[in-house]
Amino acid sequence: MLKVGNYSFKSRLFLGTGKYPDFDIQKQAVDKSETEVLTFSVRRMNIYDPSLPNFLEKIDGNQYTFLPNTAGAKDAKEAVRIAKLAAASGRCDMVKVEIIGCDKTLLPDPVETLKATEELVAEGFIVLPYTSDDVVLAKKLEEAGAHAVMPGASPIGSGQGIINPLNLSFIIEQSSVPVIIDAGIGSPADAAYAMELGADGVLLNTAVSGAGDPVKMAEAMKYAVQAGRLGYEAGRIPKKNYAVASSPEEGISVGN
Amino acid sequence: MKITVNGNGLEVQEDIKHIKGLIDFLGLEDKPLIVEHNQQILQKEAHEKAVLESGDKVEIVHFVGGG
Repeated sequence: MLKVGNYSFKSRLFLGTGKYPDFDIQKQAVDKSETEVLTFSVRRMNIYDPSLPNFLEKIDGNQYTFLPNTAGAKDAKEAVRIAKLAAASGRCDMVKVEIIGCDKTLLPDPVETLKATEELVAEGFIVLPYTSDDVVLAKKLEEAGAHAVMPGASPIGSGQGIINPLNLSFIIEQSSVPVIIDAGIGSPADAAYAMELGADGVLLNTAVSGAGDPVKMAEAMKYAVQAGRLGYEAGRIPKKNYAVASSPEEGISVGN
Repeated sequence: MKITVNGNGLEVQEDIKHIKGLIDFLGLEDKPLIVEHNQQILQKEAHEKAVLESGDKVEIVHFVGGG
């Protein structure tokens, strides 16, 4: 079980809801992923065309725990406002702090992320900050009361996978709150690798929504996260430089 | 009276007295939405009590897909 704040989840895969080809594919992908946590964003409504569909109308919200992000916020103040707006829906008390500090790389602003985490913890939110793979910052976020830390594997939507496994391992080793690898996952191998490193969960979006077949990829990610976790729990063999025969050397009856 | 909704000026009838009236007027009564009225975030039950006045700034937001 993955425990974040007062929540417990059987699934260690958190799924984003952005950029699916359509709502039906999104719904099927969400179903196949067997995720229990969905992320989404808060935006102005188009008041002149209220007939525009909303994904919440397609998905049974009661089945899922909602994790709104603060995407769009440039500083802690805006992030806190977005979190409060989301909470006013009465549907969620968790929040993913996402404060972008660089438009080109979409890397998070560490100073504002830490500030927002402190404020939102004080306001009583369950706070999951999206952070870079900075080991010291991850520690400071935990000390600020974050209920989980979510270091990126690589830039958002890049699909580059895990580019700094060493830093992620350090973060995983030092953290006493769950570590959820967020952003940059491209393939099931990446998700399994994150879990094998000892991550408590994986949050991904584009890897599924942008896949050739998002529904099939959602299922693949479910298995990848499960396989990676099982592998981590089982304990992999150490890497050696030379071969070690897996068949016994005794009793060979051929050759002489 | 003239108010600002989501950054755009909007002329509404004087008989729209509160936020709930505005939401009904815009045809959004069945939509899952959140309202911020003059920088105050409103819980749903407060929509009927929040009095609308000329010059007010209203933000109507909802959840959209995101990661």
